[in-house]
Amino acid sequence: MLQTLGYLPIGWLVIAPLAAAGFFAFYFGRQQIAALGIGPTLGARLNSQPNFHGYFLALATVLPASFVFLIYLFFADGYVRSSLVSELPNYLVARGPEQVEFFVNRVAEYARDAQAAATGNLLFDASVERYSVLNGTARLIGVLSAVLAGASGFWIGRRQLSRSFPARSYIELCIKAELFVCAAIAILTTAGIVLSLVFETIRFFSLPDGPSVTEFLFGTDWNAQTGANFGAVPLFFGTLMIALLAMLVAVPVGLFSAIYLSEYSSPRFRAWVKPILELLAGIPTVVYGFFAATLIAPLVRNFAQWVNALPFTPDTLLAAQPTSALAAGLVMGVMIIPFISSLSDDVINAVPQPLRDGALAMGATKSEMIKQVILPAALPGIIAAILLAVSRAIGETMIVVMAAGGRALITLDPTSDITTVTYQIVALLTGDTAFDSARTVSAFALGFVLFGVTLLFNIIALRVVQRYREAYD
Amino acid sequence: MTKPGLSPEAFAERRLKRRHAAERRFKIYGQVAIGIAVGFLAILLLSIASKSASAFSRHMLVLKIDQPDLSVRSDLAVTDLNLSVRDELVKAFPEIADNRTARIDLFGLTTRLAVLPLTKSAAEKPDMFQTPVDARLAVSDDLDLYLKNEFRAHRTIEVGRAGRLSDTRSGAFRVTDAGPDGFETFQSFVDDPTQPRTDILISLQGAWFELNAISGAALELEHLAGALPPLGELGGAQIDALILPSAGDNRKVSNRQIAYTMLLKQRGMIEKRFNRTLFTNSDSTYPELAGTAAAVVGSLFTMLITALFAIPVGIFAAVYLEEFAKKSIITNIIEVNINNLAAVPSIIFGLLGAAVFLNTFGLPRSVPLVGGLVLGLLVLPTIIIASRAALQSVPPSVRDAALGLGASHSQAVFHHVLPLAAPGILTGAIIAMARALGETAPLLLIGMVAFISEVPRAPNDEATVLPVLIYKWFSGAERAWEPMTAALIIILLTILVAMNLVAVLLRRRFERRL
Repeated sequence: MLQTLGYLPIGWLVIAPLAAAGFFAFYFGRQQIAALGIGPTLGARLNSQPNFHGYFLALATVLPASFVFLIYLFFADGYVRSSLVSELPNYLVARGPEQVEFFVNRVAEYARDAQAAATGNLLFDASVERYSVLNGTARLIGVLSAVLAGASGFWIGRRQLSRSFPARSYIELCIKAELFVCAAIAILTTAGIVLSLVFETIRFFSLPDGPSVTEFLFGTDWNAQTGANFGAVPLFFGTLMIALLAMLVAVPVGLFSAIYLSEYSSPRFRAWVKPILELLAGIPTVVYGFFAATLIAPLVRNFAQWVNALPFTPDTLLAAQPTSALAAGLVMGVMIIPFISSLSDDVINAVPQPLRDGALAMGATKSEMIKQVILPAALPGIIAAILLAVSRAIGETMIVVMAAGGRALITLDPTSDITTVTYQIVALLTGDTAFDSARTVSAFALGFVLFGVTLLFNIIALRVVQRYREAYD
Repeated sequence: MTKPGLSPEAFAERRLKRRHAAERRFKIYGQVAIGIAVGFLAILLLSIASKSASAFSRHMLVLKIDQPDLSVRSDLAVTDLNLSVRDELVKAFPEIADNRTARIDLFGLTTRLAVLPLTKSAAEKPDMFQTPVDARLAVSDDLDLYLKNEFRAHRTIEVGRAGRLSDTRSGAFRVTDAGPDGFETFQSFVDDPTQPRTDILISLQGAWFELNAISGAALELEHLAGALPPLGELGGAQIDALILPSAGDNRKVSNRQIAYTMLLKQRGMIEKRFNRTLFTNSDSTYPELAGTAAAVVGSLFTMLITALFAIPVGIFAAVYLEEFAKKSIITNIIEVNINNLAAVPSIIFGLLGAAVFLNTFGLPRSVPLVGGLVLGLLVLPTIIIASRAALQSVPPSVRDAALGLGASHSQAVFHHVLPLAAPGILTGAIIAMARALGETAPLLLIGMVAFISEVPRAPNDEATVLPVLIYKWFSGAERAWEPMTAALIIILLTILVAMNLVAVLLRRRFERRL
């Protein structure tokens, strides 16, 4: 019996009875209060509607049972494994913990498959059988204690129900608590990001083959694939260079588009063009990467070769690589245009109309009004938009992975392939990810730097936007 | 201020002219900027669409196949069907006999695994190969590309009339001119007649030859394929030359394979069809067999997990912040935190997934469950921000009326405010899901790049998703991957456009109601 119980899939086995118990408790509680009637006098009336009593009783039943079951989920597997390991013969244990874990994993896998035939290996088959029995026992204990918890919850909750019982307040409290938990998940995410990055970064610097902090931040030699050198300066350089190229495209185009759309264009033109510009933001970055690598990169290469072939330039002036910083930067710039244009559009529209009217009344032309009144007034907001866009460019991954290349170089030649922080994170973490080599963990140190820098930019930008909004609201 | 020799009026007029010119220039800058942005978008879409066009059709080899004793095991069935395919091909070209290179070239027209779709239908209908049936097999990716591109540049010219065909000792053939000029016109077309030309094929009475040389008013030919005409006088049969766009050693398809292809096309055994396997097959290492089915299902599972996690949590968080929370330090921190989280690079979420879900919790790699959770965390801030905006737009009178009639706080919110905000929330949620559907980088870090050839059946099966498949096909070495990748991008963009259209329609409806 225990063995069969060990085979069964546990999920529905528990969720279905829990749901059934919840429904039963709800109808039971509602019925019990409804049977009392609304009540004779004002003072003795029902405190809460029957439905709330039903909800209360359902929660009183389901919550303790689920809690107990969660405890089972967290600890049962470890308990079953450790008791199985303690029963294994010594010669197997002596082979080391890794071998034992591998063995137990295979046993667990086999035990899950009820149809699996005996392998013929006596120790293995016996272990599978023992594992199923242990698992079944743990399940029996888990399910029984969950039932016990649910039943006692139901019993205690039932005794609370009465005309004057404030069921509604309790339900409100539960709902509020649940909503708060949901809101707190955002904080938990940040905490998870910060903790995992910090933890792995500290581990990276304390690994025997890892670098020192100064070596990492100021070293100019990056060769992480072989695990030899971890000087990240070429990565920072490449990232900044590509971001700069992207900004050279995105800032003028985005800013002028925003100015034209908010100050010059007809409403109809604006209604058509604004969504088209926003389309640029909706295209997945992997599509931009494909575009950069298959269309722009060859163009950049041809251009570089043409420049090299000019009579007055040396033949090796430009690197003319098949993937290049320029290709990635150009396309990234196009991707960022809508960020700059829509954010600038917002701040330009937020400039009060009287400022415009005043400038025009003084005889300024429209462009003078824009250059001398609107742009200075909107400058903090525009700078914030640019900062947000830079942080976006620094963190962009797929375009550089597909179109920028992987050589850690420090060069001012934009037609050379150049690597970035995000490229290296992807290169280091795809494929083999054993979390004990300096090679893998170095990706987290890079991620930490990336997170820190983008966070700084974001905080500054959001501050500026907020203060600016307050000034005009 | 005025320059000497210039009246104040003239000076003012000049200045005004300059100012107006600056005004016009400024306006043009704006137009140029918009032109650049829109132009780039147009170029991007057009270039990808034109690249993808060829991947939606595919050349298929049509063969009559019967295999009465087909094995039940799928790997053996592949071998069985391959044997039949090879038999059929050899039957179509009996003249190559046991010429080894000719056979290798012939079997190279298709790949071994091209019969896989047939074995799948045979598994459903075991007796389908009892009698000969017309079976369609994908031709190899190189041949397919050749037929789609270079084939259009083929040129046929008339060489002359055949006189006498004879064989030489080295296995080659000679054909003399029946006419008076001894192939002189053709000779002048071929600049160096003593060298073999690998970009010219000669056809004569249904047989195809390579041109070795022109010497002594005769063509020296190497037989490639097609039944050889009888040796001796041919009585003025027409000789044609097929001028190929590239020399034989520069391309993946050999001259002999082109000769086979010309004959097969003539016999109607190669036809162009809509590339159905692009949608029905899963990933493959052969571009001609690769399809998107597994990635579509993987994306569906991933989106399901993302939606189940992020949409309720996002809405509840927004409800808490907007309707329940009193202004305090904690809510302030949560707010700032959400705004910052929305701007964290997506790859950081991949690092979070790798460190927390894979390393700490020990969840399996490459599964939609983990991918969905990571993407859920990624789009959570977007959903919260959109939901808060939607909740803010509900007039406070609705809340006050509900509370005034004795509803509890949560009743007022869930029965009255939330339904009114629902279209706005839904719009935000759809846009967030569209973003999650296109996201690649974080999924690379949790191992969703593994090669998956089977359609996943549950959220904890190994799977890949559409954008990651784009990246993988893009990285493939064969030339045929490029149109396939472009076609996949078109599929993904179509889905995204559909999602955004739904969002836009919802918003329109919503605006009309309020």
